[in-house]
Amino acid sequence: MQTRIQLVAIAGAALLLLAVLEMVRRRHLMERYALLWILSGLVLLGLAIWRKALASISHAIGVVYPPNALFFIGIGFILLLLLHFSVAVSRLSDQTETLAQRQALLEEQLSRQQREAPLEAQPAAFSPGSSARPLERHDGEPSRRLPAKNA
Amino acid sequence: MTGSGLCLAVVPAYNEAETITGVVGGLHRYAPAFDTLVIDDGSTDGTGALARRAGAQVIKLPFNVGIGGAVQTGFVYARDHGYEVLAQVDGDGQHDAVELGRLLSAMREQDVDVVCGSRFLTTDHHYPAPLSRRTGIHIFAFLLSRIVGMPVSDPTSGFRLYNRRAIELFASDYPHDYPEVEAVLILHRHRLRMREIPVRMYTRGGGSSSISTGKSAYYMFKVLLALFVGVARRPALTLVDPDAACTEEAVG
Repeated sequence: MQTRIQLVAIAGAALLLLAVLEMVRRRHLMERYALLWILSGLVLLGLAIWRKALASISHAIGVVYPPNALFFIGIGFILLLLLHFSVAVSRLSDQTETLAQRQALLEEQLSRQQREAPLEAQPAAFSPGSSARPLERHDGEPSRRLPAKNA
Repeated sequence: MTGSGLCLAVVPAYNEAETITGVVGGLHRYAPAFDTLVIDDGSTDGTGALARRAGAQVIKLPFNVGIGGAVQTGFVYARDHGYEVLAQVDGDGQHDAVELGRLLSAMREQDVDVVCGSRFLTTDHHYPAPLSRRTGIHIFAFLLSRIVGMPVSDPTSGFRLYNRRAIELFASDYPHDYPEVEAVLILHRHRLRMREIPVRMYTRGGGSSSISTGKSAYYMFKVLLALFVGVARRPALTLVDPDAACTEEAVG
């Protein structure tokens, strides 16, 4: 009985580790967020293999049936991971808010500039015979490599 | 604006108010061929304003994205503005703008895509980093040299010169945290050539390193994981071979 649950625990922890590594390889998971997953996988795998350590831990925390201590530790890691993600989500929402504000401010600034200077925006339209392309880069900034004769 | 519009010096800076004016001034004085672009990575001490006053072009990120994201902003800028060469120079005064000329001539003479300034190739070992930091660097150097099959003495150096191919590669794929070591592996995976040349580096002129003791454990973990997993990763980008790239540039 003990052996069977040990095998299940070993297989589960090993699968978890492999899945995490594969997701990092495929860039579905950033190293930053893989740290805790790999740590939990390694600890669970270690305790599943090394029975004596699990027995002494379960004795120390007052758990009669050692495999239950494995669940206990696993739940501890799940709580840690959830907390970690809550912090990450908080940071992400904060950054999204900042991005939305910056983007809205830029849009407002751009539309005001277009309203105030509608003619200066297209100087090429008023100088026939010369294309604006060699003088302007695609971002609209005048090229520094060529003298801006028409400007 | 100094420079020719061909070479860009990118200075990632996070709270480097003490040193940024000196760094920008040094670049203008000793590397006049380079346009200077400071990436202000969400500094809260006015680094961006100081850099602008010193005469640099400044891109201010809306919040701190970390060194990888900040440097990549420079790669995207260089790609979009048609720069042929990008130099990465730290904002803390560790790197000497005088050396940029040597990096440039090394790139031309040895016909490589990336030149990296190494503080461990000089005969006078003056680099005064703490022992723990140096040990970490040497572990990375040992592993990386074996993975890429050529000696890399200073894989964490952020004093590098990139050509157009490397700019295009890193504009689309650059690591997030502590990117320098993994970047060498990405170069290798895309068959770009890198050489190291010896440079002198100084201790930081002021401010504090972004790598505290608490973070250095994560630094080790992240880089080791990225190295082992990175070997098995597929290249993110198919690059045209250099000859084709040259004719393309000649036409375009």
